[in-house]
Amino acid sequence: MKMIDLPDSNGHFGPFGGVFVAESLIDAVTELQDQYFSTRDDPAFLAEFDYELKNYVGRPSPIYYAKRWSEHLGGAQIWLKREDLNHTGAHKINNTIGQALLARRSGKKRVIAETGAGQHGVATATVAARYGLECVVYMGSEDIKRQSANVYRMMLLGATVVPVESGSKTLKDALNEAMRDWVTNVEHTFYIIGTVAGPHPYPMMVRDFQSVIGREAKVQMLEHVGRQPDVLIACVGGGSNAIGLFHPYLEDSQVRLIGVEAAGLGLNSGKHAATLCAGKPGILHGNRTYLIQDEAGQIIETHSISAGLDYPGVGPEHSWLKECKRAEYVAVTDQEALTAFHVLCRMEGIIPALESSHALAYAAKLASTMRNDEIILVNLSGRGDKDINTVAALSGITV
Amino acid sequence: MSLITSTFARLKQQDKKALIPFITAGDPQPAVTVTLMHALVSAGADIIELGVPFSDPMADGPTIQRSSERALKHGVTLRQVLTFVTEFRARDTSTPVVLMGYANPVEAMGYAQFAIEAKSAGVDGVLVVDLPPEESAALIAELKRCAIDAIFLVAPTTTEARIRKIAEFASGYIYYVSLKGVTGASHLDLTEVGKRIPLIKSCVNLPVGVGFGIRDAATAHAVSKMADGIVIGSRLVQEIENSTPEQLINCVAGLMQSFRDAMDKR
Repeated sequence: MKMIDLPDSNGHFGPFGGVFVAESLIDAVTELQDQYFSTRDDPAFLAEFDYELKNYVGRPSPIYYAKRWSEHLGGAQIWLKREDLNHTGAHKINNTIGQALLARRSGKKRVIAETGAGQHGVATATVAARYGLECVVYMGSEDIKRQSANVYRMMLLGATVVPVESGSKTLKDALNEAMRDWVTNVEHTFYIIGTVAGPHPYPMMVRDFQSVIGREAKVQMLEHVGRQPDVLIACVGGGSNAIGLFHPYLEDSQVRLIGVEAAGLGLNSGKHAATLCAGKPGILHGNRTYLIQDEAGQIIETHSISAGLDYPGVGPEHSWLKECKRAEYVAVTDQEALTAFHVLCRMEGIIPALESSHALAYAAKLASTMRNDEIILVNLSGRGDKDINTVAALSGITV
Repeated sequence: MSLITSTFARLKQQDKKALIPFITAGDPQPAVTVTLMHALVSAGADIIELGVPFSDPMADGPTIQRSSERALKHGVTLRQVLTFVTEFRARDTSTPVVLMGYANPVEAMGYAQFAIEAKSAGVDGVLVVDLPPEESAALIAELKRCAIDAIFLVAPTTTEARIRKIAEFASGYIYYVSLKGVTGASHLDLTEVGKRIPLIKSCVNLPVGVGFGIRDAATAHAVSKMADGIVIGSRLVQEIENSTPEQLINCVAGLMQSFRDAMDKR
């Protein structure tokens, strides 16, 4: 089986992925698999998806040569895929549009979602408003405190935000709670997962919806420079923006794929979220994948300056791409990401999300070791407006 | 014949049904667990389901989530749960013990190592909630090698074809989840349970225990007329949560006894 054709029919990417859920969820997962496989090649569905991406999201998102920054670094040319220019300010909406269209086709009137930083919650609340669906978003109570602006955005859009008080009160616990809601209300509820994790078909389905990023990039790079980039770089929390950029390039073996994780306060500090760099394989949230866990198999709390990367798991396809060495995974610290954040603001007039700043930080490191006729394409997965309070607080400023 | 199988056979001869309490190992604190297990048996328990605490108990409602969190605060690990079983076995060799939990702690120990250590501790059955038959072949092979029963869940939404597939893997008993949702969610639908159990029985030649949603003696009495056993989980864990340390054993024993009496009532 070619790498690009994975997962297999049971949702496996090599030893990763699969369906690891309680029997009470099997029926819901099977129903979703059936629905997705009977819909994913339906021309009417694809046309509707494309129409929404073009007219509601504003796609295609441009690619942009960050000339001043590249020349300042004195190495490779850095190009940016501008997912930050999408409606709602990040790549997340590509996937929520796709899943909301599926929900609508299934006749389910209620959608639920988990969210960490609130970006996926906002993207879900947005499409729920757009299609007239009831929307409930589960969010860890710790995250609610950290991301109050996004909580209010979701409320403006008509969603109910439910605080999750269990476990570490963060994204992983919100996901647990959304699963519990789904198993209880499956007859009329569609669960919109925000990243390439969860039981099959989620990792595949979310990837398929996000792959529009890489498909567009392939066309746009040809238009602009007549060839494909030498290196693709994207940040990896759950990994949806990275897989969206990487997947259409999997068979282009001359293109290096680099995923950048959050090293937090440093990989040796114990306070990070670098699952692929420092974790080991295990089972969580419906799939087998790399996890940050202790010796006894308990999931450990993670840390990152960027709430969107603060997740102890990672999409199973990334685990597989690491295992078979098709992609490389590295990590950059909070401080390195923050530096890149400020540099991009000042040199290109773009305020990047802290998540995407991790990818930028590694691109800067790598670019300076490369020739100026070589090309790096970075997925600028989101804009940083949501992060200005965090960044200001670090500088001792109250906004 | 496994200890679980012979226990169900003996109860059948006595025209009785199995009372199966669930507690989370290490809740409210590790020092109490073995004493609690003995107290459950004295109050009429036939089989004990011992929960292995996990940081992300996705299939459990708030009551059992909190019990897991209390145990994890004391650093309870799968290895420590096995030492509880070893200690329990020093005084009780006839009550089957089933470990119930999530896949990752078992995965972290390694399936083969887990099966060997569980057997030597005196574990009779294992139920891994998030390991459906499709993903459980490797673990089942190790459990079989050590003669440990593999217990599986059947849900209200499980199709007949799927029950037959589960039957190929299951031994010991079938755990019928009597309601849609998570543990402790609400009261179960007796009519529905009454319809499902004969269907399960027609597909699987194993005793059927019913759990999730049995919260009072009347429901326990009614379900025990339909099934081979009943599982009391959230209701019991709630009692543990609400008891003072001094009253704990008495409260739990009293509650168990009330379920036993209800089930044995003609």
